[in-house]
Amino acid sequence: MSINGRAYIAGAYEHPTRKAPDKSVAQLHAEVAVGALTDAGLTKDDVDGYFCAGDAPGLGPLAMADYLNLDLRHLDSTDLGGASYLAHVAHAAQAIAMGHCNVALITLAGRPRSAGHSGTAARPVIADAPDSPWEAPFGPTTVNLYALCARRHMHEFGTTPEQLAWIKVAASHHAQHNPHAMLRDVVSVDDVLASPVIADPLHRLDCCVVSDGGGALVVVRPEIARSLKRPLVRVMGAGEAAKGQRGGEVDLTWSAARRSGPAAFAEAGVTPADIKYASIYDSFTITVLMQLEDLGFCEKGQGGRFVADGNLIAGSGRLPFNTDGGGLCNNHPANRGGMTKVIEAVRQLRGEAHPAVQVGNCDLAVATGIGGLLGSRHGAATLVLGRE
Amino acid sequence: MVRIDSRDGLWPDPPESPESAAFVAAAREGRFLLRRCLACGKAHWYPRARCPFCLGETGWEEASGRGTVYSYTVLAREAPPRALAYVALEEGPIMLTSLVSCDASSLAIGQAVTLVFERSQNGMPVPCFRPAAGG
Ligand SMILES: [Zn+2]
Repeated sequence: MSINGRAYIAGAYEHPTRKAPDKSVAQLHAEVAVGALTDAGLTKDDVDGYFCAGDAPGLGPLAMADYLNLDLRHLDSTDLGGASYLAHVAHAAQAIAMGHCNVALITLAGRPRSAGHSGTAARPVIADAPDSPWEAPFGPTTVNLYALCARRHMHEFGTTPEQLAWIKVAASHHAQHNPHAMLRDVVSVDDVLASPVIADPLHRLDCCVVSDGGGALVVVRPEIARSLKRPLVRVMGAGEAAKGQRGGEVDLTWSAARRSGPAAFAEAGVTPADIKYASIYDSFTITVLMQLEDLGFCEKGQGGRFVADGNLIAGSGRLPFNTDGGGLCNNHPANRGGMTKVIEAVRQLRGEAHPAVQVGNCDLAVATGIGGLLGSRHGAATLVLGRE
Repeated sequence: MVRIDSRDGLWPDPPESPESAAFVAAAREGRFLLRRCLACGKAHWYPRARCPFCLGETGWEEASGRGTVYSYTVLAREAPPRALAYVALEEGPIMLTSLVSCDASSLAIGQAVTLVFERSQNGMPVPCFRPAAGG
């Protein structure tokens, strides 16, 4: 049994705000829910499945389900950090395939920018996390743990800071066309290398933005999708995985996408060579490079060569990626970038991306994410989506 | 040149746990313990009551405190600067730690390092590493 063709993404909405100090997190969740349902042509009363992750206020999905006053028969608050929403699409498709719901709403929202929560801030110590007695004193912040991966990748494969910088350069070429993007200036490799070193070898411009905002998706059963007026975006394949320190057998050169990616391609019956557009989670430039390798767009260790010289830029590169500007330039709401990865893939498949970055005849896309901390414990989720 | 100094007495306190109590007690006496599986014989990090390879029962043993740098990042913007690292222990496991008492420009993957116990703000032992003598 496969989820291929068992569910469709009928609604997608990205909140235009990038700073929302005067709104509650629940309010932002509600606003993106309205946006996605309106986009689909559905109403609150059509929703019978609800999905959210740790950014939702309150206990699991319960507080938001109550706030929105949803009448539900399926709930899921799987939390893979920023990759959660890609997994939610897959879980929604599974639930729909099993007849457990018809219309699944997935929401993400947060205000880390207003609250001053960034990837360089010390993460709050979770006293009962089993790793905390061993790691908390060292202040393993988000950017530090990604920097450890970048350093090791450079050591083993000769990856260079210039190659990583090309990922940011490509994102900036796309963001110039997005009026909502936080960073719309096109930057050069030299600009990235000249920006301050945050956690050696990562520079400030190797890091994603910190933004308020959110997004939502509506996943529906095929009969409902065909009754709506939106283009048909089919869920074709999905994979998810987790990777930690493996009992001390640490290897920082690959991510859990090494498992989630091939699983998603296999379920969809396609290969990376077939993909027209890729949404690649871009918390940091190294995150993108490692996922491209792990999904099989190039051999392990060849990611630096793959991304260099503008090869991720829509219109000229071999693999257009993150055409909204991604987390590196556009938006990384709630410090969780998986939702916006799905939304831009849906735009591309519908032909609704900005004309300057729209991929011609975009009928097959991949969206993939890494949540948590790449250098210690993280989750990965991958979706293959197609237009009918 | 960025100097990474000792942070003895300055590290944030680690949370306490029944699974770390014996490690902490030994560390206060200067002994560095790690845990090895009584069933499959493999050592692991971070220490836990059940083996991460076979879920067998595990026991403490004293480790050499010798290792090599697996990866590191210098956080030069912090005051004072510090260096987060993974160190591959001679016994096999790779542990998240910090490098102290070194020059940032002299650090390298593969470099030999030696364990040094520093103390947290409340005097809890914090296992760090410094360049090995002659390394
Ligand atoms: Zn064992």
